[in-house]
Amino acid sequence: MFSGFMVNTWTVATIVAIVAGVVGFFVVIRGSAFVADALPTGAFAGAAGASLIGVSTLVGLAVFSLAGALGIGWLGRRSRHDVATALTLVVMLGLGALFLSFSVEYAPEIESLLFGEVLGISVNEVAPVAGLGAICIVAILVMFRPLMLASVMPELAEARGVRSHRIEMYFLVVIALATSMALPVVGALLIFSLMIGPPAAARSFTSDPYLAMALSVVIAIATVWAAIAASYTSNWPVGFFVGVIGAFCYGAGRGWAAWRRTRVRPAAGQSRDQGAPAVAC
Amino acid sequence: MSDVLSAVFEPGFFGSAPVHVAVTVGGLAAVVSGILGVFTVMRGQSYAGHAFADISVTGGSGSFLIGISPIWGFAGTSVLAAGIMDMIGVQRPRGRDLATGIVRGAGLGLAALFLYWDTQHTSTTGATITILFGSMFVISTSVIPVITALGVLAVGIAAALYRPLLLSSISSDLAFARGIRIRLAGISCLVAIAIAVSLSSLAIGTILSTALLVGPPATALRLTSKPGLAIAWSALIGLAATWLGILLAWDSFYWPPTRHGWPVSFFVVTLVFLFYLAAQLAGRGDRSGRAGAAGRRSRASRADRSMRRGRAMSEGRAVSGGRGVSDGRGVSDGRGVSDGRAGSEGRAGSEGQAGSEGRAVREVRRLTRRRPTDPRPAALAAPGQGE
Repeated sequence: MFSGFMVNTWTVATIVAIVAGVVGFFVVIRGSAFVADALPTGAFAGAAGASLIGVSTLVGLAVFSLAGALGIGWLGRRSRHDVATALTLVVMLGLGALFLSFSVEYAPEIESLLFGEVLGISVNEVAPVAGLGAICIVAILVMFRPLMLASVMPELAEARGVRSHRIEMYFLVVIALATSMALPVVGALLIFSLMIGPPAAARSFTSDPYLAMALSVVIAIATVWAAIAASYTSNWPVGFFVGVIGAFCYGAGRGWAAWRRTRVRPAAGQSRDQGAPAVAC
Repeated sequence: MSDVLSAVFEPGFFGSAPVHVAVTVGGLAAVVSGILGVFTVMRGQSYAGHAFADISVTGGSGSFLIGISPIWGFAGTSVLAAGIMDMIGVQRPRGRDLATGIVRGAGLGLAALFLYWDTQHTSTTGATITILFGSMFVISTSVIPVITALGVLAVGIAAALYRPLLLSSISSDLAFARGIRIRLAGISCLVAIAIAVSLSSLAIGTILSTALLVGPPATALRLTSKPGLAIAWSALIGLAATWLGILLAWDSFYWPPTRHGWPVSFFVVTLVFLFYLAAQLAGRGDRSGRAGAAGRRSRASRADRSMRRGRAMSEGRAVSGGRGVSDGRGVSDGRGVSDGRAGSEGRAGSEGQAGSEGRAVREVRRLTRRRPTDPRPAALAAPGQGE
């Protein structure tokens, strides 16, 4: 399991987990799970297009995921956000279908782009992943405070002079970078699951943002390691393990939060439940 | 004249059996998606709609494995997913997308496993592609009755719950005050969407199913603010995009570079997107005076504005009962929290003359809004206190 060719796998998976843990934390508190889902899924069209005109897959992915991020940002300021995301996604997928129909021999690789082929990573792929990952982390750290404010209290952020739309654009670009970094090596499903499950779980364990972010990275790394180990032993696809472990982490986090709520203040919880329907919606 | 006709409709278009099936099934899926899509877009559940398409792939690949008809795998899994999403919290908009994401991640993970088993045991490598992208020209005629039945079921659920669903989509507070069981309405709507999506993703692939569920309704809601009219427009636009797409795909058979036709899904998606952009530009021309200010507003205020617009459109119909007035009076005399509930208990007579409902509606809304931050201790707000 730790022999020569697996070292790259462990390295790349760890880098991806760290980036996904950091970026995913903001994906979860901003509630932009759809974007984090749409960009990796739609970006495969870039890979198909790149193989058609014979350039590197990474270039195709980067172009398409950046174009997707800008498209979502541009359409999203004029209409509902989820509609803009869905339409951008289907346009990218439609282009992907077109590119695929032009090049007949590409078909089997879709499955690996979608579900991940984490066990066959060459040493050349480590450097680009590490570089793009570092850029993502630095970008998030640089805009940490405005991004945090704009995510948690958009109105207050506007009042404080934060351009929330511009911040959102930057954030979309970071998601796009993280996507194009991780997609060719681990697949769309894996990067998406890692961006949602562990941060969501971490957030139900603690409300301190720094702690939650650290916890989210730790859970993401643990998830990926467990998934690779399980996949190596059972030979089942790694995407399955990541998806299921991610959902399990989230369930555990929710369960823990619920248990703590009932234990700490049963009376308050009860009266809140009665008012819940109007409050919750 | 006949030259033009044969240039537009390549020879053989009307005679070909696959085209007949594609036109029937594609049209059916477009209409059903268009109708339910209006609710999807108004409720902000596009992501759930998209996720159902992918999750039903899990069911599809699972049903290959155990050897039942894919349609039951598709429909069963997405209804199950709707239940799970509701269970882990689709009530708040942010939590809703998160819940959808979690369910989708786990669902696709299972799909990966099932596809792995499928390809290992039966070596059908093309299965992934067929399931993901679908192909309208290879639909077997035997699925038409089942698809029709599912479509009728989905539209039937939406029609039966039309008014409560509309009201709770526009303002859940108001719906709650009127005694609508929001959770029940929400999950029924989600199940109806799940059924519609599973049938269209089986028939025309997951890309087109999302495109037809979101694109035409969003376009229609730009064109009109009347829900009934929006549903009609949306079905019409979906139908037009699908049929035009099929026609173009048929015509594209001799187009470069491959000369075996361009994919239908590409044409339909492009048409849907162009319709949306056109409606968007038309809508912007209407309001060009306010466009500059509107563009700078925050997302929150935009959501609020669209909600207000939506509410305005429903006031004439769904909210038209006289109850609104008396509720408003009941609440405004300061008894506070329990009155919303009292109003919802005595909702039997929903007819009556509609007075200054706009004001009453605002009143009810303002008071139901203020409820969570009510400074009084919980004991005061307990039921029985207000009666």
